[in-house]
Amino acid sequence: MAIKTVGVAGSGTMGAGIAIVAARAGFRTIVYDTNADALARARKQTEGFFAKSVERGKLTSDQVGKILSDLSGSADIGALAACDIVIEAVFEDLKVKHAVLGELNRACPPHAIFASNTSTISITEIAAGSGRPERFVGMHFCLPAQLMRLVEMSPGLRTSEETFQAAWDFCKAMGQIPVKTRDNPGFILNYFLIPFNNDAIRMVEAGVAEPADIDRAIKTGLGYAMGPLELLDLVGLDTHLLVAEALYASTHDPRAAVPALVKRMIAAGKLGRKTGEGFYKYQGSAMFGA
Amino acid sequence: MDYQIIRAGKSRSFADDHPLIAGGKDGGQVVVVVGADAGAAFSRLKEIGAKTAVLVELGTECLGAHTGENRGEEGSNVLGFSRFRLGDAPASDLVELVCQPRTTLAAIDAARAVFERHGLKVALCGDFAGRILDRLIRPYYNAALRRLDEGLATASDMDTTLKLGLGYPEGPIELLERTGIAHHYDVTQALYEAYGDPAYAPARRARVAKQRQKN
Repeated sequence: MAIKTVGVAGSGTMGAGIAIVAARAGFRTIVYDTNADALARARKQTEGFFAKSVERGKLTSDQVGKILSDLSGSADIGALAACDIVIEAVFEDLKVKHAVLGELNRACPPHAIFASNTSTISITEIAAGSGRPERFVGMHFCLPAQLMRLVEMSPGLRTSEETFQAAWDFCKAMGQIPVKTRDNPGFILNYFLIPFNNDAIRMVEAGVAEPADIDRAIKTGLGYAMGPLELLDLVGLDTHLLVAEALYASTHDPRAAVPALVKRMIAAGKLGRKTGEGFYKYQGSAMFGA
Repeated sequence: MDYQIIRAGKSRSFADDHPLIAGGKDGGQVVVVVGADAGAAFSRLKEIGAKTAVLVELGTECLGAHTGENRGEEGSNVLGFSRFRLGDAPASDLVELVCQPRTTLAAIDAARAVFERHGLKVALCGDFAGRILDRLIRPYYNAALRRLDEGLATASDMDTTLKLGLGYPEGPIELLERTGIAHHYDVTQALYEAYGDPAYAPARRARVAKQRQKN
């Protein structure tokens, strides 16, 4: 099946990033969001992103002109009627996803594949409310999608081989690097990352070492670019809490359970870089005290 | 500040020709006891209280096994250390420096200076089994081996995901293959015994690798 037109449902950070990836690869791309302000905001950010691509010599202004003319936004779901694939990147809530997919199922042609960018919810469970579970696949992009090439692709229990292959080929045609994972909570990335980060937090909690010593150990000893506590400060402890609670609810793995320190830090306003203090203190964008 | 080296068997942290070993001087204010038998050699040392710091190379044991402990108020001029090393891979530049609740700041500063003088980086930690890195990474390696068995993804897709998605220099499976899965068994089994936490229980593939090493 030839995929020519791509729909993206949801114009948040992930949706806008995925739309950039698809449009940049030459696909006609339509972003759907019921919130016109969110669409306008995403369009402005997208134009800013491509302006920087021109400044840095990655794309010419002619190329960007063509990309932006092929990339549109709409608050009318009917605009997705010509899509061959629709990637949903709406709020991480099964009911919300089912509601959006039900509408998409009515608006899109029968051959269209639906994909979900979920990071923690079961593909099979989301597919069950899509009206087309055989033509449903997981496509988890990494944040920021426009810069990260990895996509975790998961078939649900009823996904057809033909659908998975078509989505896999499409992913590669976008210039991304797909990896196949089973439909398991957290897939690969979050399944390993969330408990690992929780373990690092528990070490702080237990007084094993200071955050800077833990981060220095992992960077020096294993060559990681960033330590787990620096990463948590960047992601934000509030975001970590949401993802970890979703993972724990699915796995009941004790390592996925959020350490009590996280909630105490959130209550104290220590969310990370965005509030100026998390495991480290920040002044502007520079880190000190590490 | 000069330091004195006392050798006690083969060291996992420092080869005999490492500049830190060669740079030792008799009568230094810091004593560095290196080797697999460092703890026993430490127990034979006399008048250690006069030194600024005494550094004892640790294996999987806690520093307290050599110094003794006293209701959470232990600590002196004696520190433990271990240079982080995965299996048979070369030792990294990381030195985990182990202190106790009442370890003197002067001893910590002197220890840090000895290692940093030779380009090593120091992470200070409390006296816990596995120190920082083994305590943190072994559950992750066990989970990766278990998930490989359970068919979450192929080994190469798991490695690719963790490298591309998180910027890790190496995926968990290729890292364990390079450094020795049987060595992972040894480390994680010791931590399992120390903590009793199932996350440290050696994964099936680690047990198999250990069994094959014995055969």
